[in-house]
Amino acid sequence: MLKQTEGSQAVAEAIALCRPEVVCAYPITPQTHIVEGVGALVKAGKIENCEFINVESEFAALSVAIGASAAGARAYTATASQGLLFMGEAVYNAAGLGLPIVMTIGNRAIGAPINIWNDHTDSMSMKDSGWIQLFAETNQEAVDLHIQAFRLAEELSCPVMVCMDGFILTHAYERIDVPSQEEVDAFLPPYDPIQVLDPVEPYSIGAMVGPEAFTEVRYLAHEKQLQALRRIPEIGAVFKDVFGRQSGGLIHSYRTEGAETIAVALGSVNGTIKEVIDGMRDDGAAVGSVSICSFRPFPLDELRAALVGAKHVVVIEKSLAPGLGGIVASNIRMALRETAVPVYTVIAGLGGRPITMNSLREVLEAAGNMRLPDVQFLDLDHGAVEREILRAKQTRRAGPTAENILRNLGHAAVAGND
Amino acid sequence: MTDETALQRVKFYQTGTHTVGNRLMDKARRSVQASMDRSNAITSGHRACQGCGEALGARYALDAALRASDGQLVAVNATGCLEVFTTPYPETSWQIPWLHSLFGNAPAVATGVAAGMRRKGRADVRVVAQGGDGGTTDIGFGCLSGMFERNDDVLYICYDNEAYMNTGVQRSSATPPTARTATTPAVGDAPGNIFGTGKNLPLIAMAHNIPYVATANVADLHDLEDKVTTAMDIRGARYIHIMVPCPLGWGSAADATIHVARMAVESGLFPLFEAEHGRVTRSKKIRRRVPVEDYLRPQRRFAHLFKKGQEDTERIARLQRMADANIERFNLLGERETP
Amino acid sequence: MFQVRIHGRGGQGVVTAAELLSIAAFLEGKHAQAFPSFGSERMGAPVVSFCRLDEKEIRLREPVTAPNAVIIQDPTLLQSVDVFQGLNSDGFILINSTRTFDELGIADFVAGFPAHHVCDVGASELAMKHVGRPVPNAALLAGFAAISGQLHMDSVEDAIRQKFPGAVGEANVAAAREAYEIAAAA
Ligand SMILES: Cc1ncc(C[n+]2csc(CCOP(=O)(O)OP(=O)(O)O)c2C)c(N)n1
Ligand code: SF4
Ligand SMILES: [Mg+2]
Repeated sequence: MLKQTEGSQAVAEAIALCRPEVVCAYPITPQTHIVEGVGALVKAGKIENCEFINVESEFAALSVAIGASAAGARAYTATASQGLLFMGEAVYNAAGLGLPIVMTIGNRAIGAPINIWNDHTDSMSMKDSGWIQLFAETNQEAVDLHIQAFRLAEELSCPVMVCMDGFILTHAYERIDVPSQEEVDAFLPPYDPIQVLDPVEPYSIGAMVGPEAFTEVRYLAHEKQLQALRRIPEIGAVFKDVFGRQSGGLIHSYRTEGAETIAVALGSVNGTIKEVIDGMRDDGAAVGSVSICSFRPFPLDELRAALVGAKHVVVIEKSLAPGLGGIVASNIRMALRETAVPVYTVIAGLGGRPITMNSLREVLEAAGNMRLPDVQFLDLDHGAVEREILRAKQTRRAGPTAENILRNLGHAAVAGND
Repeated sequence: MTDETALQRVKFYQTGTHTVGNRLMDKARRSVQASMDRSNAITSGHRACQGCGEALGARYALDAALRASDGQLVAVNATGCLEVFTTPYPETSWQIPWLHSLFGNAPAVATGVAAGMRRKGRADVRVVAQGGDGGTTDIGFGCLSGMFERNDDVLYICYDNEAYMNTGVQRSSATPPTARTATTPAVGDAPGNIFGTGKNLPLIAMAHNIPYVATANVADLHDLEDKVTTAMDIRGARYIHIMVPCPLGWGSAADATIHVARMAVESGLFPLFEAEHGRVTRSKKIRRRVPVEDYLRPQRRFAHLFKKGQEDTERIARLQRMADANIERFNLLGERETP
Repeated sequence: MFQVRIHGRGGQGVVTAAELLSIAAFLEGKHAQAFPSFGSERMGAPVVSFCRLDEKEIRLREPVTAPNAVIIQDPTLLQSVDVFQGLNSDGFILINSTRTFDELGIADFVAGFPAHHVCDVGASELAMKHVGRPVPNAALLAGFAAISGQLHMDSVEDAIRQKFPGAVGEANVAAAREAYEIAAAA
């Protein structure tokens, strides 16, 4: 049903429609509204046969989900930022065990300095954990991806993270089509596990594997991601048949025909990018954009095909690999490794810094004019950075950087609820 | 602390307020806050809500610790309301050196600070670690138990407002039965948090046999200061659990914080006691016993118990039985000779 | 696209106000995107929320910097926050107050705006009268509909009923109707 609602609430309703059996919750902004929404539905008796467990940490949240999933139940949890790091060991474990858990990440920066606002550092920290990572561009896609995620996870027996931008999506109130139970039931069959704890047919799940087989087990984890590369577009196609709309898939290209400069990004910033592309196209510039929905598995071939005709590829990314530059950009370079297309990294939107149309247009134009450096920090306050570097050179006991920078900028940051 | 209970017995209090007026006390026993030359650990300018019990409790606790340590004090803070509202960067309300690392590791970070100080020849610098109930009873519990078990030289203070307030009032393992939170909504046939869950951290701390455990409450700030001072006289692992009402999360009026805190004590729901090496040594007697209703009614988180025409008498009675059990267990009416 | 910024204090329902506005627009078949200032402050601190209205899908995710209208829930903010920042000169201003612009100290400033674009409505008082609590949102939303012409009163009422079912909703609708009359006459 089409309604005007909060992204988090819509996702909570979508989760409920997927008939989860065990839901684990631990609060962390900006993910909290989602699990609160699911919890309220469970407590009001609106989800049949579902347990909602308020656990004592994120580590416990995912661990409970691991146990439930191994017992054959459909398990769900959600987290963000510090919470994802706190559950880190279990994140790798769930993937290693091949348990089809679905988890929402309400993307948020990682501290220190503590920051509750949006970027992609949290999901990026787990990009190589073996989970499938899908990034939603809109709240509609977030809803749809969750429904697809359960099917994908369970078909492959591999956990799936659905990543949605914290606040920008989770807290936005907009028009969203939340499907009916009949539609979801038609799309998502009951969970039929490939491995389950059952006294009738006892398995040992999680036994030690030595050097003689570890590489093979890891290879199979890679191979599973490659299978996902095939299944994701297929599941997207089935979804379209049932729900009548295109959602998910590996990548979405926007006005890339004949584009010389192509912007590439993950998540909600693609909406703003499209506005910029339209504006620049109106002015005659040959620009387009590509939104990556599936970051893991990484669609090398599809990206290569989408980008190979461009003269400049500008990756707008909300994460940073200190000492290297861009994470997504490095992956894109892998896709373009046999071509001469230059790939630029634009680090943007860290810790909630707004990404504006004006700034985006500037970098895309700079790329077209060959004026964009290899790695650029969007809207970086160079003066503030230089003053701090100078200060640190002058005094040994320079104090905490975060505090110095803010004092330097001369304004108080607002306190948030982390 | 020792003569505190004696003070109570002679009913040395002003009518109406139930607090011992500073004017009537000898100088040595006056509140730190009453001293003209006080130096506050937390200054004004923090961003807590009006009537925040945690802001009040933390100021009194740390000022007492600051005085007891002669100003040689470091505080380690878990993530939570106290951390957020005292450090609206670049302003900070802290006058003492202060370190926030993560939500779940404050006890271990404090252990590290204490060890570092010792190795740097600064064993005179005392370390207080502090966190909310979520940081203490849930996510930081493993680190806390480790700190206790090693008897590390840290005073850990838990500010218990009975839920995860900083993230918008979700249930913690310190949330009482029937309380409504964002993750225990007041719907269904057992509205709010359910019975038979939760943990009592002061008792768990005692089970570690650490030198000192106490509970305190912002309705009796003298008692709170005394307990902090006593704790600071001891080396090794110490634990103080302070109940701090939260107007936002409890749905109580901002000017009712002290009243609600007092009702928690007077009803027996929150017993005030001290324990040394695992044994309760003293408990604070209830002055004027009240039914749990007097505590529950001013708080909207319990409103579903008092719906017009359909009072949840059964669950109110269960809460009353919990209070009665505390009164018996901790001898809160002074019916026994020994605590 | 029409962009609205709402100023208030933590605890006054600033976020709800933007959501209500977006629901009313949705009920008219418009696209609307409401979002908070991302940080949710403690009670009493100045907070902001936003709402975009458009006939087509809203893809833009940058913050609203140049609003077409500002709604001020708490006039004490006039002294502490630059609430008119980025507002263009034919924009709309709605203030929750029973005092005159002179008394509020903004008479000179608002004189630069077209007549009927600037209005103050005692929304809290209307809420006290009809709802029994100083919850100004419904009345402000109606006031916004009256001065901006962006929404019909019918959809405002439906949005209020949807967000606050039952007697509370009806009481809010009554407050909204009175506010609409006042603002339309202003
Ligand atoms: C690993 C991790 N998980 C979750 C959070 C989010 N978080 C920050 S503070 C907080 C709640 C704090 O509750 P409590 O300890 O009771 O302190 P209060 O705010 O109530 O004083 C939560 C859930 C976090 N910062 N880190
Ligand atoms: S939410 Fe509660 S604990 Fe946090 S600052 Fe407000 S009153 Fe204090
Ligand atoms: Mg708490």
